[in-house]
Amino acid sequence: MSPKTLYDKIWDAHVAHEAEDGTCLLYIDRHLVHEVTSPQAFEGLRMAGRKVHAPDKTIAVPDHNVPTTLDRANAKTMTEDSRIQVEALDKNAKDFGIHYYPVSDVRQGIVHIVGPEQGWTLPGMTVVCGDSHTATHGAFGALAHGIGTSEVEHVLATQTLIQKKSKNMKVEITGKLRPGVTAKDITLSVIGATGTAGGTGYVIEYMGEAIRDLSMEGRMTVCNMAIEGGARAGIIAPDEKTYAYCMGRPHAPKGAQWEAALTWWKTLYSDDDAHWDKVVTLKGEDIAPVVTWGTSPEDVLPITGVVPAASDFTGGKVEAAQRSLDYMGLKPGQKLSDIQIDTVFIGSCTNGRIEDLRAAAAILKGKKKKDGLRAMVVPGSGLVRAQAEEEGLAQIFIDAGFEWRLAGCSMCLAMNPDQLSPGERCAATSNRNFEGRQGRGGRTHLMSPAMAAAAAITGHLTDVREMM
Amino acid sequence: MEKFTTLSGIAAPMPLVNIDTDMIIPKQFLKTIKRSGLGVNLFDEMRYTQDGAEIPDFVLNKPAYRNAQILVAGDNFGCGSSREHAPWALLDFGIRAVISTSYADIFYNNCFKNGILPIVLKPEEVDVLMKDAEKGANARIEVDLAAQTVTSSDGQVFSFEVDSHKKHCLINGLDDIGLTMEKAASIDAFESRASAQRPWV
Ligand code: SF4
Repeated sequence: MSPKTLYDKIWDAHVAHEAEDGTCLLYIDRHLVHEVTSPQAFEGLRMAGRKVHAPDKTIAVPDHNVPTTLDRANAKTMTEDSRIQVEALDKNAKDFGIHYYPVSDVRQGIVHIVGPEQGWTLPGMTVVCGDSHTATHGAFGALAHGIGTSEVEHVLATQTLIQKKSKNMKVEITGKLRPGVTAKDITLSVIGATGTAGGTGYVIEYMGEAIRDLSMEGRMTVCNMAIEGGARAGIIAPDEKTYAYCMGRPHAPKGAQWEAALTWWKTLYSDDDAHWDKVVTLKGEDIAPVVTWGTSPEDVLPITGVVPAASDFTGGKVEAAQRSLDYMGLKPGQKLSDIQIDTVFIGSCTNGRIEDLRAAAAILKGKKKKDGLRAMVVPGSGLVRAQAEEEGLAQIFIDAGFEWRLAGCSMCLAMNPDQLSPGERCAATSNRNFEGRQGRGGRTHLMSPAMAAAAAITGHLTDVREMM
Repeated sequence: MEKFTTLSGIAAPMPLVNIDTDMIIPKQFLKTIKRSGLGVNLFDEMRYTQDGAEIPDFVLNKPAYRNAQILVAGDNFGCGSSREHAPWALLDFGIRAVISTSYADIFYNNCFKNGILPIVLKPEEVDVLMKDAEKGANARIEVDLAAQTVTSSDGQVFSFEVDSHKKHCLINGLDDIGLTMEKAASIDAFESRASAQRPWV
């Protein structure tokens, strides 16, 4: 047999039909659904008189719109259009008989955090969701990617997706990370190196010692941003850490089925002589704590750097860089660590897991946020929140002057009331710094949870290594 | 879905790279549970001031481009989120084709599901069409999907590649779900095989 990549192996195990031109029907093992990209899909089913093909493989949770303030049980905390979307999901979940975690359920949270947490996401699966950050689930050695609403409807109706195979790209992070450097710095640095279109047409497999050394949480952070590098999906081969994470989760297999699953999972790796269409290698030692300065995730620099000038770039990027600098209100040559911030947001499907809260709390312990600064922590799920309370992390945040919120997407995309006002500058642990992403005119700098915590203390972008 | 065969229309130039889905349709407009009506909010934050007045400099507000049916854009158009609201907004405004050097993967697929043709050309070809588009309403660009060509207003012809399945569906306005359901037997057979091999799924 010819050598295969991990992507090849999962792909081959899920082709339900192949046409002569190579167009495949790929079978989908898990379909995750949230309230923003699904109403039109369910409506389409109703209009055509169709059912959900595999309701037991379909899992829904509201996350994008839901308020994260403590009073959210009060319906008045939601705007009318948000409430209509959440109510539509309540109704669709019930009518079509799919698994559902409503806002009132302690397991509710960001769809990409809930899936792995409940054991829905397992190695070797195909996982899709009407959300680009579905790439997150690739951390388990699952082939996971975002789809549009028409495709959501297609998967609901047929449990398959019409797909053509992507190319294989290997991203290797060799050696060890230095202290203060995290999974977020890896994934941002990779995008800095390849550009936001560098992965277009590829599925990326992340490998190398620095990746193997990461926890499952860290691996999810890395895969989460594969989409920001343009890739269809990011994937990491499962290993002992993966199995340990999955074991005992509510929807993970048990007993003999667990053993059978494990036997298959252990075959899920890229063969030594597999073919790669593109290879990118970074040295773990060379990666520094980074922040973004512009309005594209590729606008990334080590915190020790300075704001670039538009003339440092070439081609179409010159105009884009100038636009970014104007939008962000930054001057070329300004030290990144001199940039003053107004707000700190810790959360999102990139960095809203327990390990992220631990990393931020470790920096904040016994300290206070800078006066006048707005700071909030939004746990990725109700269970992350409960665990953080049990571990005493919540109290550290509260003592430091942070708001301690309920679970949801929150200020990651500002569809709920948590938004930046024009010109307001935010240190954020989320994944997109696009114009207006966190609120019209809002200015976003992406970074790791530890870096965001450091910025909260000083009031400006800060090299977390000075606090360790 | 509306068929796409040929198109002759005004093209609006947007030379910016990395035009993302948050620019195309900001998130406050994702709260709809319908597909239509998003055209007025296409490029909302670039197109209107905070209090809703039109920004005259923005290309789609210029008299020459108010009826544009084609966008000529910089590299990596449609990057960012999976929101199908982006092609819905483009379509609702009247855009039926986009020309760029590359697109984000999900956006690219979403266009085909909605009768919009995203065309990939070489950088020097996009440059020619960008200049052509800058001439305004008199410069009509022609797209022929069957022939896979784009013709500039002064008659230069550029060929583009497109996946044969996607082309077939777009030309005939076919609904993917109906087509896939014809393969129900293959899906059923796959499900029986898979549930024997991987019963835990
Ligand atoms: S946390 Fe942000 S990126 Fe993640 S699913 Fe929610 S809105 Fe999308």
